[in-house]
Amino acid sequence: MKDLRIQGLKKSPWVFHVAAASCNNCDIEILDLITPRFDVERFGIVLVGSPRHADALLVTGVLNRKSLPRVLRVYEQTPKPCLVIGIGSCTCDIHIFKNSYNVVGPYGKHLPVDVFIPGCPPKPEAMILGIVKALSKL
Amino acid sequence: MSNNRRIVPIGPFHPLQEEPEFFKLIVEGEKVVDIEINIGYNHRGHEFISPSLTYDQVPFLVERICGICSNSHPLAFVLAVEDAAHIEVPERAQYLRSVVHELERVHSHLLWLGLAGHFIGYNTVWMWAWRYREPILDLFEIITGNRNHYAMNKIGGVRRDINPGQFPEIEKVLNLAEQKISMLTHAVLDDPVLHARLENVGILPKEKAISYGVLGPTARASGYAIDVRKDDPHCAYDKIDWNMIVLEEGDIFAKAKVRLLECFESIKIIRQCIKQLPEGPIQARVDDIPPGEGCGRTEAPRGEVFHYVRSDGTNKPIRHKVRAPSFMNLPSNEYAVKGYSIADAALCLAAIDPCYCCTERMAAFEDGKEIYNGKQLLELSWQKTEILKSKYRK
Repeated sequence: MKDLRIQGLKKSPWVFHVAAASCNNCDIEILDLITPRFDVERFGIVLVGSPRHADALLVTGVLNRKSLPRVLRVYEQTPKPCLVIGIGSCTCDIHIFKNSYNVVGPYGKHLPVDVFIPGCPPKPEAMILGIVKALSKL
Repeated sequence: MSNNRRIVPIGPFHPLQEEPEFFKLIVEGEKVVDIEINIGYNHRGHEFISPSLTYDQVPFLVERICGICSNSHPLAFVLAVEDAAHIEVPERAQYLRSVVHELERVHSHLLWLGLAGHFIGYNTVWMWAWRYREPILDLFEIITGNRNHYAMNKIGGVRRDINPGQFPEIEKVLNLAEQKISMLTHAVLDDPVLHARLENVGILPKEKAISYGVLGPTARASGYAIDVRKDDPHCAYDKIDWNMIVLEEGDIFAKAKVRLLECFESIKIIRQCIKQLPEGPIQARVDDIPPGEGCGRTEAPRGEVFHYVRSDGTNKPIRHKVRAPSFMNLPSNEYAVKGYSIADAALCLAAIDPCYCCTERMAAFEDGKEIYNGKQLLELSWQKTEILKSKYRK
């Protein structure tokens, strides 16, 4: 049964976009993926409006005190197995916000992230490559 | 009639806008009668981090306040530091700053147009607008080396020069952009569907615009002619011929029209800057920042960005204050949304082109009790000003 679920995840992953405390830039580049130049809908990657419909979560930005419980709740609502893809340097470590009082550590401490895509912001090509790598890991 | 009231919660993670924020719409049937906006999901404490970095590092930090206005914030910061240290910026650098600043405006306005189309379920507008935004991003990559977060400004000048070999490519992209934005403008302004959805919706009259203190295209669409580029010319804006776009209607259609027409003005400014680009160095030598304070204002795509920097003679600022335009524009939603249906509310909230990551503020809590609210912080600030005044008087 589990194999079947993972097989189902491999083709046309539906993604939900979670912006924790980001600067908007990775978020715009994610939307850029859907628009005509990159058009990831060709591969069946669709941005959905609810985490309950999603196969993968695209997380961006650092986690702060106010957004951490909400992000964890979104993760709980996502049907398992699901992929978590961290987009941008902020998700890899805390980036430039190291000294901030409101930032609560990197994603790795709180969420099981499958793939990190570094870059500030990563180019859309890098994001596609990251998602492909995450899928081929299954 | 209060028992007819219902609450529609939207957010914080919702498909409407890409940033986390929480709206509480209080509705009677379909009609929105009140709204509460709860922000803070994006707060990262830039003003706190800034004094721990050196002057050369801060532009990279303030760039990351917002990804869309990622030239306006560093520009306002370097203008503030140059004001404090009385640095003369070379003329070529002034023109290059204007070029990047105006390119950012074109990309931001196209981005807003696309998202506005998306919010009313008209994805064709979204796809077209974002398709023709791509060549502008390519141009950014040619000029500054990155699609977003350009890192163009430094204290005393700019980091990168444009060489004459790049002029034909820039001209080619500008021609393409002008042609396509003109097509898009005609398509949007003549579309009966968009007329029906956008006209006479979310009206902000001029007197309300003034009393809320709104800025940028939101103010200019309500007949309130305010633009830092005209009022307090910085960079090369006083040496160039361009017009301020002001419309009287104040509805969402006027806001869309102001933004679309501003794109043409921006392209005009870029063309003139490239044509008049003087020869010379692109950066001035900066040795140290003397004690003092400075202000920098610049017109971001959403309105005026204001930065205040105080220096004590070391290599780090001791106080850095940021005020982004959305901070002023956001409260006007309170007026503009009321009385329209829920379907229009989504668009009204987006019409000011909100940027929550610029706007985030904090309130301090201790054991569940608020220890500093807005009023107390204001009083604290007045006290501090008095202390400083008495210090300087001696």
